[in-house]
Amino acid sequence: MGDLVTISSNLLYASFFFYMIATFFFGGTIRDKKNSSRGKASTIGISLTIAGFITQLGYFFTRWAVSKHAPVSNLFEFTTFFGMMLVMAFIIIYFIYRLDVIGLFALPVALLIIAYASMFPREISPLVPSLKSHWLYIHVTTAAIGEAILAISFVAGLIFLIRQIDQTKKSKHTFWLEFVIYSIFSTLGFIIVTTTFGAMDYQAQFQAPVEGQIVAVEYHLPAIAGPNDGELQTAGAMQPLFDAPEWMRGESAARKFNTLIWSLVSGLVLYGAARLILRKRVAAVIQPKLKKFNPDLIDEVSYRAVSIGFPIFTLGALIFAMIWAQEAWNRFWGWDPKEVWALITWLFYAFFLHLRLSRGWHGTKSAWLAVGGFAIIMFNLIAVNLIIAGLHSYA
Amino acid sequence: MKKIKCECGHVNPEGTVLCEACGKPIEGNQHIDGNKKDSLLNMRYEGSARRSQTYNRNIIDKVWNFFSSVKVGVWLIIITLVASSLGTIFPQEMYIPPGSNPATFYEDQYGLAGKIYYQLGFHNLYSTVWFMLMIALIGVSLVICSIDRVVPLHRALKKQKPKRHHTFLKRQRVFGETNGQADVEAFKSKLRKQRYKVWDENGHILAEKGRFSRWGPYVNHIGLIIFLLGALLRFLPSMYIDDFVWVREGETAVVPSTGGQYYVKNEDFILENYDPDKDERFQEALMNQSAPVASNYQTNAVIYERTNNDVVGAEPELEEIQKKEIVVNKPAKFDGFALYQSSYQLDEFAAMSFTLHETDDESAVLGEFTVDLTNPEMEYELDSGARVVIDEYFPEYYMDENQPRSKSKFPKNPAFVFYVYPPDGGDPEVSFAGIGMNIDPTNENQYKLSLAGYDTRDVTGLAVKKDYTLPFMAVGGLIFMIGVVQGMYWNHRRIWLQPREYGVWIAGHTNKNWYGLKKDIEKSIDQTGIDMPEDQQQLKG
Repeated sequence: MGDLVTISSNLLYASFFFYMIATFFFGGTIRDKKNSSRGKASTIGISLTIAGFITQLGYFFTRWAVSKHAPVSNLFEFTTFFGMMLVMAFIIIYFIYRLDVIGLFALPVALLIIAYASMFPREISPLVPSLKSHWLYIHVTTAAIGEAILAISFVAGLIFLIRQIDQTKKSKHTFWLEFVIYSIFSTLGFIIVTTTFGAMDYQAQFQAPVEGQIVAVEYHLPAIAGPNDGELQTAGAMQPLFDAPEWMRGESAARKFNTLIWSLVSGLVLYGAARLILRKRVAAVIQPKLKKFNPDLIDEVSYRAVSIGFPIFTLGALIFAMIWAQEAWNRFWGWDPKEVWALITWLFYAFFLHLRLSRGWHGTKSAWLAVGGFAIIMFNLIAVNLIIAGLHSYA
Repeated sequence: MKKIKCECGHVNPEGTVLCEACGKPIEGNQHIDGNKKDSLLNMRYEGSARRSQTYNRNIIDKVWNFFSSVKVGVWLIIITLVASSLGTIFPQEMYIPPGSNPATFYEDQYGLAGKIYYQLGFHNLYSTVWFMLMIALIGVSLVICSIDRVVPLHRALKKQKPKRHHTFLKRQRVFGETNGQADVEAFKSKLRKQRYKVWDENGHILAEKGRFSRWGPYVNHIGLIIFLLGALLRFLPSMYIDDFVWVREGETAVVPSTGGQYYVKNEDFILENYDPDKDERFQEALMNQSAPVASNYQTNAVIYERTNNDVVGAEPELEEIQKKEIVVNKPAKFDGFALYQSSYQLDEFAAMSFTLHETDDESAVLGEFTVDLTNPEMEYELDSGARVVIDEYFPEYYMDENQPRSKSKFPKNPAFVFYVYPPDGGDPEVSFAGIGMNIDPTNENQYKLSLAGYDTRDVTGLAVKKDYTLPFMAVGGLIFMIGVVQGMYWNHRRIWLQPREYGVWIAGHTNKNWYGLKKDIEKSIDQTGIDMPEDQQQLKG
């Protein structure tokens, strides 16, 4: 059985590399003068993507075989699955529109998501009684598929914005677009920092008061912000530069705050380095390479992804969720933070569709909304799980 | 009502923007949809006459216009969205630790922000009047918006004719002129092959498919309204019951809110944990956890129905109707009721045994007795002739300003004040006994009560639910899904062809997915001599 676990995680690594190489091939298509996808690079790119997807399916089902429940039950498993569905959504959109540029942006997003997932505990975890239900995988997988398709709309929206926004002068648009790019750099920074210190097996122990009791708090990153009133116990570890504010309660609040600071700072370093080398806004550098793509079509892909994803999201994240909640907790709706944020996501996309259908929000406005929707989905995935605890908190 | 007669002969209702039959822009009404001269036509709702765009005279018109505005609807959505998110900043009242007082909990835990949160009522945000009002307003807006549009839209699509006014074609987003011979028959058959319905009126052609997708939004709004009505019905007590019962092992309790008709017996409560030694697959994860991880909560229950319900005051006669292992995710269901495994309490005290002996000599025993903690007898005669009387019983004992009190009626920490009457019939001595304590208030007692043993049992907490609103919710959800799929996964596409003096004009319109429409046109004009029309609204850039 141990072997199957190894095979499973190796398959995940393999799929990661497939996606990475596929990204380079899609990058190669950018240089083609023609706006068609019949080129060799494109064919290789999509083939590798499909190969990676099948490999990742292999990871998914071998892990299922070992754990005997669908591997969507903790943050690592769910986020990995979300990444996989993002790839699937891209493959579907690719075969409708044959746009390589979507792959060039969607695959890196999927790679980031899968790498991000791997930062969380990866061992197979048991199911608590309330999760023991077929609805676990019916609800979670459908919701993930819906969110993944909606994420494609973000990818297309981002491409649209990079292509369309006037980079000759500074504006709100250029600022927020750079902010989105900075957020992506921060995620990358989080992954690099966590992996580096993880490889070094960095540890720093603190004694800190939590709820009136002195407890041991363990850091795996050097403490920029230490626990409030904490005392460093590990010799040779870095002294915190400052203490986390007093109102951050709970054993792991300060540690999470510290991780957030690391992510933001490393993101700033990466982004700053990029700006120094490029001497231009990052989006301004990418812009000329996207000029050959028809913005109308990109805009339509973004909208199409919402119109395909919205019903699936409704079904998975709201309707199936309600049926399960009715079975497990005898109420179909409990105003649990995750539920509320799923409702907010749903309301947001309903808002998107109404503006698009009846008020004619197209192009730039619509692209910004697609970016906003993705931000809400990510907030629900990351912040609600890690900050606002509730029935769904995995970590 | 003022009717408008178009030059094609069709009579349109007041407020029409584009003639229902031929699509000719009706003079004087173009401002309604913001159509500018020579720009593309706004094809929303086919330029039909909507009540909200036509009348604005009295108060009813004004209310109607307010709610039928998508702008208002969108604002209602945004406000609800923002309000909902506010409710997740701190936990809602139902998620704070049981027994804590919300008035102080939020301030203690979250400081000033918590205090403000509580004072604004955000700790119960989703049941505040104003939040429900927002939901209700969205409901009203859904109804009025839908009616305002669906009626005229339906009319316009029913009255449309293949023969269109030339300006209508020219001002479509997809439009093209072909000079020269065109094989119209081939064009028609190619459209049919793509599952278009084709009408021909003296050479004027209309090809249409997916019209039913236009009804999608209205269908899903109906679903939402049914869902919201279902939620409203929960406020009727007969539609929705939410109750709770604790049942001790071995006990039979009446199921609350059933009018004494149903009883449930707890034969056994089972709590199982994952065992890292037995379950190899979870070993690593379990080792990383300090606390054991539960794998199962289960009540082996028997459900009875009372057969002599009509006899008031009689001992209930019970008939077994169901034996069920109630576990999380698998409730017991009977007669519309459902019992859910919801809570538990391990090792509640069931009975305590005491020995009475002389204070100085534990071997000089005067007798033993057992107190049933849920239903204690008040007096115990011992073999030696001594008597013990319970003066006071505290099931969950604690000291409150030097006074013994009980927190609840559940025997979690039982304690007693006993009167001990000696065998010779003298004055009673007072003794205070509980778990791990035995107090002699006078310090002169000749006899002492010692705890000889106790029995424990588990208690299961079952939620009792009856919910007749679920079918409404289910039907509403289903209709919503049908509507949203109908509207999103199909598109309404139309292609017009008009014979001209030197060739043909074609135009196309769709409610969404222009890429798909253009592909359809591309296929249908193949080898017909018709030129590919242009997209007149390409984004410049």
